[in-house]
Order: sequence, then structure tokens, then C-alpha cells
Amino acid sequence: MSSAFSVLRQPLVEGDRTVAQVTSDIAAPLERRAGLMWWATFTAAFSMLMLGMIAITYQVATGIGTWGLNRTVGWAFDITNFVFWIGIGHAGTAISAFLFLLRQRWRTSISRAAEAMTIFAVMCAGIFPLIHMGRPWFAYWVLPYPNTRGPLWVNFRSPLLWDVFAISTYFTISACFWYLGLVPDLAALRDRFALWAKTGSLGVRIRYRIYSILSLGWNGSAKTWNGYESLYLLMAGLATPLVVSVHSIVSFDFATSILPGWHTTIFPPYFVAGALFSGFGMVLTLMLIARKVVHMENYITRGHIDAMCKIVIATGGMVAFAYITEIFIAWQSGNLYERFAFANRAFGPFGWAYRIMVFCNVFAPQLLWIRKIRNNLLAVFILSIFVNIGMWFERFVIIVTSLHRDFLPSSWAHYTPSLVEIATLIGSFGLFFTAFLLFCRVLPMICISEVKGVLNYGRRNGEH
Amino acid sequence: MSRQLFIAAFKHEDDLLHAVADLRQAGYVFKDAYTPYPVHGLPEAMGIRPSRLPWVCFLCGLTGGLLALIGQYYLSAVEWPINVGGKPWNSSPAFIPITFELTVLSAGLGSLAAFLWRYKLIPGRQPPVLETGANDDQFVLAIPEHNATFNPQELKLICNRHHAIRTEQRIEPDGQAQSIPAQQRGAA
Repeated sequence: MSSAFSVLRQPLVEGDRTVAQVTSDIAAPLERRAGLMWWATFTAAFSMLMLGMIAITYQVATGIGTWGLNRTVGWAFDITNFVFWIGIGHAGTAISAFLFLLRQRWRTSISRAAEAMTIFAVMCAGIFPLIHMGRPWFAYWVLPYPNTRGPLWVNFRSPLLWDVFAISTYFTISACFWYLGLVPDLAALRDRFALWAKTGSLGVRIRYRIYSILSLGWNGSAKTWNGYESLYLLMAGLATPLVVSVHSIVSFDFATSILPGWHTTIFPPYFVAGALFSGFGMVLTLMLIARKVVHMENYITRGHIDAMCKIVIATGGMVAFAYITEIFIAWQSGNLYERFAFANRAFGPFGWAYRIMVFCNVFAPQLLWIRKIRNNLLAVFILSIFVNIGMWFERFVIIVTSLHRDFLPSSWAHYTPSLVEIATLIGSFGLFFTAFLLFCRVLPMICISEVKGVLNYGRRNGEH
Repeated sequence: MSRQLFIAAFKHEDDLLHAVADLRQAGYVFKDAYTPYPVHGLPEAMGIRPSRLPWVCFLCGLTGGLLALIGQYYLSAVEWPINVGGKPWNSSPAFIPITFELTVLSAGLGSLAAFLWRYKLIPGRQPPVLETGANDDQFVLAIPEHNATFNPQELKLICNRHHAIRTEQRIEPDGQAQSIPAQQRGAA
């Protein structure tokens, strides 16, 4: 971008696309064979997933004694990964719901992929509490259902139970919201595949059948669109407080305990800001890869990357503010244990993790203030990876450093992750990327109907 | 009973909107319009009533929330009270998170179900498609024969004035329009 500014806004979609071109551009990756890049990334992701599957099979068969946990550090990698993945998911809902309510029209090109990211991230997150139960086949015991044990009901006062409701509601509503947005696009695909349904290969015919079934008989009727728009607004309005509640409830897992370092009232807003920060970091990572792999540069433009970088700066600022507040309150409380917990965080045996966290979350994103860096996609990509790493370490620091040295020095302990835990973490990344890559191949990764709406092509702009 | 149906396709949403405004002034009513994306101002121009889904959403949310609150109270305080850390049987503040989640869940699922039911969106249903192009790049208007004022010549004139790319007359059997096979669309 030159130093001279145009008074006109940058177009949301580049390359002067017509309405029909939008359909064919976005459907193109679904209609051609997968490229070498896709197969290479898919092979890597799927291998990671298989590694994770082996690890999970082994630990479920043997027991969670295969982890590095001990009596003092009872939560570590598992819950760190859980909170990390839930946080990643939050950016998807933020893009699809928050930005929709705020009428940020640039969201249209990235909302579909970001919502898909949410769903896959919540799936990854769900694995960890499940395997942490040790006997995952009894997972349904966390639900209140009439049982033969009394019936003995679950404890509705427990934040862990709130988690069950929050995460399952979040997953359900996100999936419904995502599917609702997909219906018009599935109809567009159905109509495209209808052209080849008679003469095409078996694969094409099967896909035509699937698109026909899933598009629910959509025909673009103005009456249906009227209801659709109303429902979309309602779903966005429901998803917005929902996403805030989900990470608040996750933070209650910690905040309602009496452990120094966890027992703070700042946790809910701090967790929500951190979730958005890490989520936008992951959206940037994914979008920068995806726009190259499936050639969507006209749709996911530098303007989108720029806008997301600004959100990263803003949410990163909130996270930094929360770090400072925590330290100040620990000092100002005058409580010996509280002060010790924070001194131990920064300078104790896990001080290295704290310093990685502060460097990645507070200092590195400040580079994004510079326009030149925001325009350099490689630099943005590297910084987004920093954010991902930093936010993973934030959860690790909160969980492990608070637990490993609490009130009683005789019970202090150290924690080292076992290979099984590391393999499970790698496996969760494998699941995430495998699911995302498959999504790019079978569903339109950009919302076709919404992009058409922001194109301005359908309007004549005072031509006559 | 079969009746006539007049179809006009446009390339731009503005043309559709202007044609709708003129036709409405001329006293026509509309069967429906088919567009690739929601056109702003079209429901108002066509005289489509605002959706009542917000009411469904509100009532579903209210029901879900109340049931969650009452259910938690009943299970924790009446059915089998358990002393957890000396907290009261009816720990209503602690019941709020789940109440909130179930409010959102039932409001979301309820309004989605109402939407699908109201607009007859059923998995695998064959769309009563008038124009497959409407999911791609055409803005199609359908006007049924409704009374003596129905005049195809006048309709054609008005639509052509607004740059209609195609107009045609069809017979609508049993109130359901015939669908145009997708293969013919390319020629249009």
C-alpha cells in the first residue's frame, strides 16, 4: 500500500468478480482434484492424528497413570489443552456472531472457515476431559438422567458440571449456526452438481445426492430468506452471550477454588479476552495457509489479515492488562500465599514458561502496530504462531505453577509431561488440521451467499 | 385447478426491486421472488410480513430457562438433597450458569426447528424450484394469476422496462410451479 490514501474503502472482494464468478470460484476447490500441497498437509495432519489415537488407546487401556501427574499436580497437560482448544474456538464465534451484530461486513469471507474452526476446536477440547475421566465409557454419568443409583443426581453447584452444560450447548449452537449458514450454499452446490448428476462419475452422483439431502429443498425464496435473516440474527444474538459464558464458566473451574493463583475475580473477563486473542491468532495461522492452498486470495484479502491483526493487538492488550492487574492485586492484597504464588510463577522452577508466555503474548504482538509488518504475510504468520504458543503456555502457567507449590511446602512437587501426554497433544492438532483440510475439500470454505451480498455487483450504483 | 404464472428474471437486485415497486403500484401480488442472497428492502417492497421467529425464540428460551431452574431446584433440594460443603439445599445463584446455558440451548434449537418447519425445509425434500439460476446469479420474480387485472402483456412491458433478461408464462398445476431442469438453464 502506498503512502497516499484513497478516500474510498478498499473493496471487500478483490478482482472485480461477478455474482456467477463467486459461485464458481468458491466451488472450484470442491470440483477439482486435490493438489500436492493438500495431500502433503493432509498426510502430515493425519499422521499426527494417528499418533494421538495410539496414545489415547494406550492410556485408556492402561490408565491415566501413564501421565506425568502426581498427587500435587493433578491437572496439567490435559486441562491446559482443554482450555487452549476451547479458547481457539471462541474466535470463530466472535467472527460469525460478534462481528455480525456489529455489522462488520468484512467478516463474510472468513466467517465460514472460522466457524468450522470453532467446531473442530471444541471437538479437540472435548477429548481431554473425556480421557481424563479414566473410564470414558462412563462419560454419560456427568449428565443428570434418572439412574439406578438412587437416582443419585449430579451436583448442580459444581463448576465442572456447569462446564458440561456450557461446552455441550456451545458445540450444539455453533454447529446449528454453521449449518444454517451452509444451507443456501449447499443449494448452490446442488444446482451445480445437478448439471453432471446424470453423466458424472459415481463420486459426483453421490455428492449430488448428499448436497440435495442437506440443502433441505432450498430455492432462494424471498419469504424463506426473510425468515432466514431473522433466524440468523437471533442465533448471532444467542451465540454472543453464549461464547462469553463458556469461557467464563471454564474460568470458574479455577476461580471458585481457594488456591492462590486461581482464586481471583478477574478470571472470567481475563479468560474471555485470552480466548479471543488466542482464537484470532489461530484464525490468522489457518487463513494464511488456507488462502494459499485453495487459492482464495481474492476473497481473503490483505484487508482481512490487517483487520484481524488489529483485533489481535486489541485483545492482546487486554491480556497484558490482566497480567499486570494480577500481579498488582497479589502485591496489594498483602496475602503471603498470594504474593508467593505470583513470585513463584515468574521466578520459580516454571519461570521459563512464564517468560515464554509474557514474551509471546505481551511483547511479540506489539510489532503488529507497524503497518509494514501487518502487510508482510510471512511476518504475520510467524507472529500468529507466537500467539498460539504464548496462549498455550498461559494456560500451562496458570494451571501447573499454581498447583505445584501451594500452602504446604511438604507437598510441593514438580511436573514433567510424559510422552503419552505429548503425543495426545500432537494428536489433537492432528484431529484439528485433518478435520479442517477435509472441510476445505467437501464444503464451500467461504460463505457464497454472504459474499454475493457484499459484492455490490447486484446493484447498479445509479447507472440509470 | 391450473392457473397461469408469469416469470421474470433480472441480472441486478436493483432492477428486481424497482420492478417489484412498479408492479405493486399496478396492483399485482407476488407468489415469491428467488434470489441468490437476501436482498435488502425486498420483503418490504413485496409486502412480506416481518418474521415472527423472535417470539418463538423468546418463548422457547423462557421455557428452557424456567425448566432448568425448577429442575435444578427440585433435584437438589427436594428429590435427593445432598450436603455439599454446607451449601444451602436451594443454592439458587449456583444454578444460574446451567439455567443460562439451557435458556440459550432451547431458544436456539427451538427457533431453528420453527424456521425449518415454517418454511418446509426438510432433508432430502425436492425443492419446488422455479429457477435453478436463482441460487447462482439471477433474481427471479414469480407473479400468479390472481384476478382479472392479470395482464401478461402489461407485466412483460413493466419487467422489460427494468431490464428483465427473460420473461415467460407458465401453467402452474395444483398451485405448484413446474421446475425447470437444470440443463436448460445454460441456454437461458
